[in-house]
Amino acid sequence: MNELALHVLDIAQNSIRANAGLIEILITEKPDSNQYQIEITDDGKGMNPQQAEQAADPFFTSRTKRKVGLGLPLLKHNAEQTEGSFQLHSEENKGTRLKVNFGFHHIDRPVLGDMAGTLLILAANEKETDIRYLHQTPKGQFEFDTREVKKELDGMSLSTPEIRKFLNEMIRENLEQIQISE
Amino acid sequence: MNKIKSLADLKKLKEEVQSKIKLREKGDNPDNLIQIKVSMATCGIASGAKDTMNHLIEELDHQGIDALITQTGCMGFCYAEPTIELTMPGKQPVIYGYVDKSKAQEIIDKHIKLNELVDGIIPVSYKTIDE
Repeated sequence: MNELALHVLDIAQNSIRANAGLIEILITEKPDSNQYQIEITDDGKGMNPQQAEQAADPFFTSRTKRKVGLGLPLLKHNAEQTEGSFQLHSEENKGTRLKVNFGFHHIDRPVLGDMAGTLLILAANEKETDIRYLHQTPKGQFEFDTREVKKELDGMSLSTPEIRKFLNEMIRENLEQIQISE
Repeated sequence: MNKIKSLADLKKLKEEVQSKIKLREKGDNPDNLIQIKVSMATCGIASGAKDTMNHLIEELDHQGIDALITQTGCMGFCYAEPTIELTMPGKQPVIYGYVDKSKAQEIIDKHIKLNELVDGIIPVSYKTIDE
């Protein structure tokens, strides 16, 4: 995967599958200390210690459709390739927290990519899991919370074409404001 | 420079759109809608399912075709990603494999608009990788 946004889309779907009510996605860019941090926290069903330990093993999955599970291993590999780190902490019936650190200036660090698209796909999930996204850079921060958006929309679907287009532009514009040139 | 869009603008837009929506939703129920599920697990995402989904959403909106497009998990045809499941109202679902942007366009132009099947259908008798 060549965009961080794709990784986030992939990993956050694990949280949705774990029946999370809220997924918090926190991205912190720290160019000065050469860090690009992604933290994803959910309040889903969590994993037992054995599952958590095996989660980053490509030949472990909780699915029955296939025998491999590559989402976390790919992310771990990508992070470690940029001299970063990968930490997974999970507690059964409490939730899961994933902290991934990329080397900000490392040449192999993927770009952020289409985060607006990722957030909109996640926001329109069938289980109505809420998403809180917070992106911090030295230039400022941007927060996107589907609970707030849903409140404003008052029952109207997030996937209504006009609304979708508006939210896409809103996220894009706000992120551009705080983005350091990539 | 334009003002950055915010949640306050969303409220305004919502009121504008609301009247239009009411017209559209009358007599609407999911069974009468074209339904498309895009397989979006690791395998799908890595093969470009997000681009396919965005293209489907934009193109169907552009052409004014009402459809319910959702993401779904892995359908087990990882070798044929991106995979979509298309259900025309009152018909059996059909699964297409290797749906990139141009394939998606072909499916819209032929299957959705003219009801002609397009190459690339994964037959029901096919097996997922684990069966």
